[in-house]
Amino acid sequence: MNGKRFAIRFAAMLFAIVAAGVAHAVQPDEVLADPALEARARSLSAELRCMVCQNQSIDDSDAELARDLRVLVRERLTAGDTDAQVMDFVVARYGEFVLLKPRFNTRNALLWGTPIILLLAGGIFAVVAVRSRRRTEAKLSDEEKAAVERILSEAQK
Amino acid sequence: MIVETGHFALVLAFALALVQSSVPLVGARFGNERMMAVGGPVAITGFAMIALSFAALTIAYVQSDFSVANVWENSHSLKPMLFKITGTWGNHEGSMLLWVLILTFFGAQVAAFGGNLPASLRANVLAVQGWIGAAFMLFILATSNPFARLTPAPFEGRDLNPILQDIGLAIHPPMLYLGYVGFSVCFSFAVAALIDGRIDAAWARWVRPWTLAAWTCLTGGIAMGSYWAYYELGWGGFWFWDPVENASFMPWLAGTALLHSALVMEKRSALKIWTLLLAILTFSLSLLGTFLVRSGVLTSVHAFATDPSRGVFILAILTVFIGGSLALFAFRASSLSAGGIFQPISREGALVLNNLFLTTAAATVLIGTLYPLFIEAVSGDKISVGAPFFNLTFGLLMIPLLAVVPFGPMLAWKRGDLPGAAQRLMFAFGGALLAVLVVLLFVDGATVFAALGAGLAFWLILGALTDIVLKAGIASVKPAVALRRLVGLPRSVFGTALAHLGLGLTVLGIVGVVSLETENIVTMRPGETLQVSGYTLRFEGIQPFKGPNYTEDQGRFVLSGSGGRALGEIVSAKRFYPVRQMPTTEAGIKTLGLSQLYIALGDATADGGVVVRVWWKPMVTLIWLGGLVMMIAGVTSLMDRRLRVGAPAKRARPGLSAS
Repeated sequence: MNGKRFAIRFAAMLFAIVAAGVAHAVQPDEVLADPALEARARSLSAELRCMVCQNQSIDDSDAELARDLRVLVRERLTAGDTDAQVMDFVVARYGEFVLLKPRFNTRNALLWGTPIILLLAGGIFAVVAVRSRRRTEAKLSDEEKAAVERILSEAQK
Repeated sequence: MIVETGHFALVLAFALALVQSSVPLVGARFGNERMMAVGGPVAITGFAMIALSFAALTIAYVQSDFSVANVWENSHSLKPMLFKITGTWGNHEGSMLLWVLILTFFGAQVAAFGGNLPASLRANVLAVQGWIGAAFMLFILATSNPFARLTPAPFEGRDLNPILQDIGLAIHPPMLYLGYVGFSVCFSFAVAALIDGRIDAAWARWVRPWTLAAWTCLTGGIAMGSYWAYYELGWGGFWFWDPVENASFMPWLAGTALLHSALVMEKRSALKIWTLLLAILTFSLSLLGTFLVRSGVLTSVHAFATDPSRGVFILAILTVFIGGSLALFAFRASSLSAGGIFQPISREGALVLNNLFLTTAAATVLIGTLYPLFIEAVSGDKISVGAPFFNLTFGLLMIPLLAVVPFGPMLAWKRGDLPGAAQRLMFAFGGALLAVLVVLLFVDGATVFAALGAGLAFWLILGALTDIVLKAGIASVKPAVALRRLVGLPRSVFGTALAHLGLGLTVLGIVGVVSLETENIVTMRPGETLQVSGYTLRFEGIQPFKGPNYTEDQGRFVLSGSGGRALGEIVSAKRFYPVRQMPTTEAGIKTLGLSQLYIALGDATADGGVVVRVWWKPMVTLIWLGGLVMMIAGVTSLMDRRLRVGAPAKRARPGLSAS
């Protein structure tokens, strides 16, 4: 780890601890006049990570950088960008690290695929296990059948 | 002197744990009864030693003995007494000591009340408990000694992290650890069964109360932690999908699955091997959670590097216990006999479905939590996995699971009658449908999501009630008979129904607050008012206030309902702790029915106003009330006569067929 990255990490850690204590994320002066646009801005903000915090979206964080990003999102929306365009713009500038919901791509295949694969594999395994057990235990050998007959007929006597 | 006594007691406890890990095991292997009998007294004495050690640390905190490095780092002479006591475990070293205290407490319980266990099983269980205890005691002694002294002793302490100076610290960590560590007993039973090579329905009956107790405590710990974060962190969220939260949630999901599969094993002797694996996995996830939280590897890779000895040590414990137990499982599981058979549509089938979804959900949370680390280690890229990912994947997994919950208790063991169950649930389904329509037609601003969510919640609640009504025969027999039957129902039936009811309440709370919450971000000057969801909020102004170890600016608000009905004052404050130079928010919360008004103060503006964020959180309290109901359900189920101490030996046979 080089010195600069180390320093940024360290600052980020300190910041996050301080930031955790105070809460006043979106400021009144940031709020857009158009409620529909503002609602879009809020839902986009909830999916963008505050780069200097621990696991906080820019919507929740009061860090300066988060504020800059919130303002940026609102600027792009006011300029007429679609939601996808705004996200692409932010990712182009800050990298995929800002996305709290990673994209569907080959690198994240394991992340998105695990629930589906597990559910399918587990389901198939359970069905097969139940079926095969039923088959093996339900079938009696000829010897056993004879034994059952004998016991039953004796019981009836 | 007291501190040294505590340290010495810890060393003694470690020595005892070594005896406990070996002697009973050898005894069980060679059938030596006297060696097997060593486990009990040693476990109880070990617990006494750890209790002594913990008491010594607590006394050092109460007396503000700053010659102890741990006390100096985490306490202050001006701190209120409650926080001096709770501060004992509000730090790494103390919390590990609490972890071990609870572990040895459970070990002592097995020793004291396990008289009806087969001697070899009891000896093996205590030995496995001894291994875990010895590993963690060595960890504390080698890397995290809470009793280290400082010379010269500092004059004043550095105070506890202000966020932790809260009643939440008194309840949340002990409850959480009771849950985490409680699963260690299930783990020990599983490993002991593997060593023995024997497992039967009686095993499940011994394990089930431990699972229930651990699950109940973990449920309470998580609910408490959620409410704590809600009111203390000041942005009103109840769940953040933070790695630390996930660390406690994964054992809960696996533990819930274990609770259900142990039921199948106890009643029907089926799913034995799977239950065993689940018992191992649940405690493994608890260990993993301890590792993730304690090593700091998730908050920052760098925190791991600052004190590698701790992280590496826990990683070693993790590898040995998880790897060892899974290897033992792989080696021995095939020798265990498989149990009863059942049709896919049956109570067993429903519980298998439950297990499938719950374990997949736990795996999803696990991979989401660890994936950024994985990607960074593999490619050096940095990605984030946060709330939007978990809400989507976890939500999609939970919807089908929740939808089938009411069917489970309606199906018979072995071979169930699905159309019959559906018929019995008609009333619940009708009620749920009604809820959907009512929300769609009469609630302002309700989305389709909100309506369907409310329907799902009512489906769960009414389904649980239907279960009780049918089992008591309230609709079909005379009230007096029904009442007698209701009283005569096994407690575990009430436990099941209450737990599912609590789940429904939590779902309702989540749906309510997620879909109908309103938020106002405004600048208010003294005397100004704000309309929130039919209530009027007047800002009175800011007053300074001085607490024992902090100063705060208190924003005072007066709330009134329709027609000017006075509803009292709400105080929301910004606190500053000078020793740590840390600000905190003290949100102002007013509970109105099941809903809450939540006020957080922001910065002052130049023109004498202050930024105020006001949330209306409809039905939010149901989230935690549901958790409370689930806890009550756990306790109720624990009181079932078949789980009472000594019950397995004395229980009458005919009860076996009761569901």
